[in-house]
Amino acid sequence: MSLNPTILIQNLLNGLMVGGLYALIAVGYTMVYGILRLINFAFGDVMVMGIYFAYYGATLIRLSFPLAVTVSLAGTALLGIVIDRLAYKPLRNSPRISALITAIGVSFFIESFAVVFFGPNYKPFLDALENKTIAFESFVIGNVYLPKIIFIILGITAIALFILFVIVYRTKIGMAMRAISADIPTTSLMGINVDNVIGFTFAISSALAALAGVMWALRYPSFYPYTGFVPGLKAFIAAVFGGIGSIGGAVVGGILLGVIEMMIITLFPTLMQYKDAFAFIILIVILLVKPAGLLGKRTVEKV
Amino acid sequence: MRKTLLLVLLSFTVLSSFASIKIGALLPLTGGVSAFGELVKKGIDLAREEKPKVLGQDVEIIYMDTRSEKTEAANGMARLIDQQKVIAVIGEVISGNSIAAGEIAEKKKVPMVSPSSTNPIVTQGKKFVSRVCFIDPIQGTALAEFAFKTLKVTKAVVFTDIEQDYSVGLSNFFMERFQKYGGQVLQVKYKSGDQEFSSQLSQALAFGAQAIVITGYYNEIALIAQQARALGYKGFFLAGDGADAPELIKIGGQAVEGLYFTSHFHPDAPVTPVTKPFVDAFMKKYGTRPSTLSALGYDAYMIIIEAIERAKTTKPELIATAIRSIKNFQGATGTITIDQQGNAIKDVVIIQVKNQNFAFAAKISASALK
Repeated sequence: MSLNPTILIQNLLNGLMVGGLYALIAVGYTMVYGILRLINFAFGDVMVMGIYFAYYGATLIRLSFPLAVTVSLAGTALLGIVIDRLAYKPLRNSPRISALITAIGVSFFIESFAVVFFGPNYKPFLDALENKTIAFESFVIGNVYLPKIIFIILGITAIALFILFVIVYRTKIGMAMRAISADIPTTSLMGINVDNVIGFTFAISSALAALAGVMWALRYPSFYPYTGFVPGLKAFIAAVFGGIGSIGGAVVGGILLGVIEMMIITLFPTLMQYKDAFAFIILIVILLVKPAGLLGKRTVEKV
Repeated sequence: MRKTLLLVLLSFTVLSSFASIKIGALLPLTGGVSAFGELVKKGIDLAREEKPKVLGQDVEIIYMDTRSEKTEAANGMARLIDQQKVIAVIGEVISGNSIAAGEIAEKKKVPMVSPSSTNPIVTQGKKFVSRVCFIDPIQGTALAEFAFKTLKVTKAVVFTDIEQDYSVGLSNFFMERFQKYGGQVLQVKYKSGDQEFSSQLSQALAFGAQAIVITGYYNEIALIAQQARALGYKGFFLAGDGADAPELIKIGGQAVEGLYFTSHFHPDAPVTPVTKPFVDAFMKKYGTRPSTLSALGYDAYMIIIEAIERAKTTKPELIATAIRSIKNFQGATGTITIDQQGNAIKDVVIIQVKNQNFAFAAKISASALK
């Protein structure tokens, strides 16, 4: 197949969009890891809960869509805090492997809860929207079609990441987060309530995952309790790819992963069936070649 | 005391086995596809009300739940035959369970009629298992017939869900007939659960597709349709009966408007003189229009009764033979002929999404599908 520039541009934009969503979730992984050295495997499921909250906010309570999304972000932020308090806080001083296994448990719990409570079937996200054609409207330039939703998602992702950077690098609480990731005991000696800052980290990263979820559902408007599984894994890979613990790395890793995935299947359409495998191949290569990730700092573990 | 009770019970069973003809209904009444089982049951109940007697005896329907599972389907079939002494069984709904239950029916030599299992394997090599629905080769051929002859499509792209036997088979049957007519086909693949289809769609657009044929299930069909429209695709969408769920429209919205799919039945399709009275009676009894599965359940019961009447006996083996010699039976879903392999030869209904509803579009007659 000859590759025409239209297809290349369409798929590049698509890759950027998916990459941006990976980045939003990856930032959550990396922030929690930076502070607690914990991989919170439940982020993919938190993302799905964000979709459910927004969906039921708009359909059951009949909120306007922006309000439903706001409620969903607040709800998932709270969910993040609750997960930390109930599942991880009691294990702060336990071996890291205990917390990791607990994270997997939390993930299974949320999935099963959603199956029982919301049902195992696909739900139509269009029901939550006033504009029901948003998923397939396009900008048309000549005979080039560029889906509108992609630009909307790219824009919102950029704004969300900007706000995140402001919080982390320009506010007091952001400074406290960075301090905790450097050294927890010393930070608490400086009079900072470590548990509150950790709770805040969970809240903000869960809200970002929920935002990613809502935008995911705008682009792919059907979802069920396991929708977050693959994006969650991909975002984890993106975080490792960029250098786990580094927020800038998570963003770069997420966007790169999205674009690489999309470009490989654009250039080699016959490899389509193996799409999900590329992310894992990238993970293996990066662990072999540059274990600290693209932007990660090499640290020496003191024993 | 206990002895009398036993005696009473025993005489009851003996009496009832003399007084009535027992037909089993092996359905998924709980579990994953319980919604399907309930729909079929409605059709059977209505059919039983209309024809409560055969050979001068009352018909009794013994319902057996399979919990939507293969093992329970096999166990339930054994229980129906060994304990309840049924002379024929309606069931199961989905192909996997029908295959499991069919093994038992075949071994115990009791006829089984599936209302809706379309996989060819269900009846393959069996003497006692038949069905009142068409099989996937007919469905694929009908799609090709409709695309080429009615829609005048000469270039089609087939989306195959490589994780579903149903989709792989249906794609092959479509492509075979479409290419035989001289149409050009490009096949692209995806997996159940995939959400991003832009790569396959790029190929489809570059190929110049006039029709996109999606042989999988409704969720992916809806997503593919949306992304195709977003990329400026203006042609037709075609699908098999995997599209036949209200969720198709709920998920796909305006993007699936105009989509055609093959089905067994539509309440507005005037396929036989039986269809309209059936729809009216169903409306009266349940307050809703009958769905495809209810109509197929109705036909499964009627075919068994017809076979018993023709066989003039309650011997299961003779009923099985009678089922396979049924020709041009006027059912609610069409004029049904059961062939020697136990498969129904009947018209295929084409349904179109119109104003966000399923509307009857066309009928492809069985004779065109040979």
